[in-house]
Amino acid sequence: MADEMLSVNSVRKSFGGISALDGCSLRVEEGAIVGLIGPNGAGKSTLFDVISGFVQPDAGCILFSGREILGMPAYKIARLGLVRTFQIPRSLMRMTVLENMMLGAQGQAGERIHLSLLRRGRVMAQEKDIQEKAEEILQFFDLLRMRDEYAGSLSGGQKKMLEMARALMADPRLLLLDEPFAGVNPALADRLIERIRILKERGLSMVIIEHAIPYVLALSDRLYVLNKGAVLASGHPQEVISDRRVFEAYLGEGDNAQP
Amino acid sequence: MLDYLVSIILTAGIYAIFALGLNLQWGYAGLLNFGHVAFMAIGAYVTVLLSMNGIPIFLAVLAGMILAGAAGASLGVATLRLREDYLAIVTIGFSEILRFVLLNWSSLTRGSFGLFGYPRPFQDLVGIRDYNLFLAGLVIAVLLMVYALLEALARSPWGRVLKSIRDDEAVAVSLGKNAFSYKVQAIALGSAIAALSGSLLAFYLQYINPNNFQPVETFYAWIMVILGGSGNNRGTILGALLLWGFFSTTRFMEGYLSFSPSASSAARMILIGLILIGLMMFRPQGLLGRKEELSIGR
Repeated sequence: MADEMLSVNSVRKSFGGISALDGCSLRVEEGAIVGLIGPNGAGKSTLFDVISGFVQPDAGCILFSGREILGMPAYKIARLGLVRTFQIPRSLMRMTVLENMMLGAQGQAGERIHLSLLRRGRVMAQEKDIQEKAEEILQFFDLLRMRDEYAGSLSGGQKKMLEMARALMADPRLLLLDEPFAGVNPALADRLIERIRILKERGLSMVIIEHAIPYVLALSDRLYVLNKGAVLASGHPQEVISDRRVFEAYLGEGDNAQP
Repeated sequence: MLDYLVSIILTAGIYAIFALGLNLQWGYAGLLNFGHVAFMAIGAYVTVLLSMNGIPIFLAVLAGMILAGAAGASLGVATLRLREDYLAIVTIGFSEILRFVLLNWSSLTRGSFGLFGYPRPFQDLVGIRDYNLFLAGLVIAVLLMVYALLEALARSPWGRVLKSIRDDEAVAVSLGKNAFSYKVQAIALGSAIAALSGSLLAFYLQYINPNNFQPVETFYAWIMVILGGSGNNRGTILGALLLWGFFSTTRFMEGYLSFSPSASSAARMILIGLILIGLMMFRPQGLLGRKEELSIGR
């Protein structure tokens, strides 16, 4: 299919005999938001690690825009436009918020040592453009006033926002968001939902791992439930969530259990 | 007295250049190089051996820098895919292996007899009487050039990527940066700068011997970097001045002590150690370091 952004097929990964992903498959259509839920230890974050090239799987096949990306170094996958965020926000603590943001931009001439010294004019002009873009995105996430603070001094929720904002600097076509709502207070969470919807309208595809089910239901076009490293159920979010097997995966099996 | 001042400027300046190379690796890229002195030795020996064999002196210096850069890059390529502490072990091992090779490869290096009587830049023009004064000027000029180069790099997008690798390599990779390549570049450039300081040291000493390049020299550079504030080039230069200032001023102190010569030089090192401990207690971020950076938890 031409409009398929990501296709993960039968991916397996075990860590020392413990199977983290056991034949996991998943599809993301262009422009769609896919929700990914499952109990702790289901393999959600490992799946992100494998898709983004941070962990090499034992078997399987991953296509991004029809191109095989399995085995590719993580930095090259990011350059193709598949960018991930981390579950625990990884801010560059000793760099300012603005520096964090500017790092995210792709195709920077000044990142090459000889050009940074010999093409000062070109690098300066590019820096100016990158800074404008960074400030625009910071504005979008209400972080502009924190621009010159060390990223290490932000609150947990702000770090989460910065993490997403920084990923957007890389102009991704597909964004993997690992628990974007964790540590974000409810008032801020509503604003975040709005923002994610705006990003979707702009054509960005996303996969969202999230434990807070209401947010997932509010955003996803399609929902996958992972359990023990494999897809337990997938489909329309409301239908999937009322599936008895999903309920059992979270709370254990029981005769009198009601979803 | 002027001679004495010139000699302090020479040593402090040469070691400042040496330490600036380490600051690029540790302060900006977070790389643990415990064998920095090896690259100083490569610079000194390559420069001396080539210029003794008729190679123009500036080409000989350049050759030392290129060779040291290549050696640093090779060590990086071999170890940087492993955990970061492996670089520390491998570099300290490399610096000792190199010293023993220099000691034992007598046909080339004359071993522990050392090398002397080699050409120095502009020695015929300047003359022997004013040579140290001239060399001090040259060292200051080179120091300023290295400083300007490193500051330009630190403020460039290239430096930004290095700092991001120091703070969290996974973030850099997730944003499309080839962290491995940047680390190799930082090691190579830092090693080439160490080689340059080695050439200058050879010009100053007029005599080089493998035992000039003991592991302790590496740790002098570490003290300078940490004293001044890691990741701060001006701090590193200040650290070099201070450490050499301590070494020189405490030398006068020996005259007032009724210890035996070996005991009084040990007493001097103890005093320097105490001063350093005191400084680190009152300014743990280094003299020019930023306090906020230390208080930020991970």
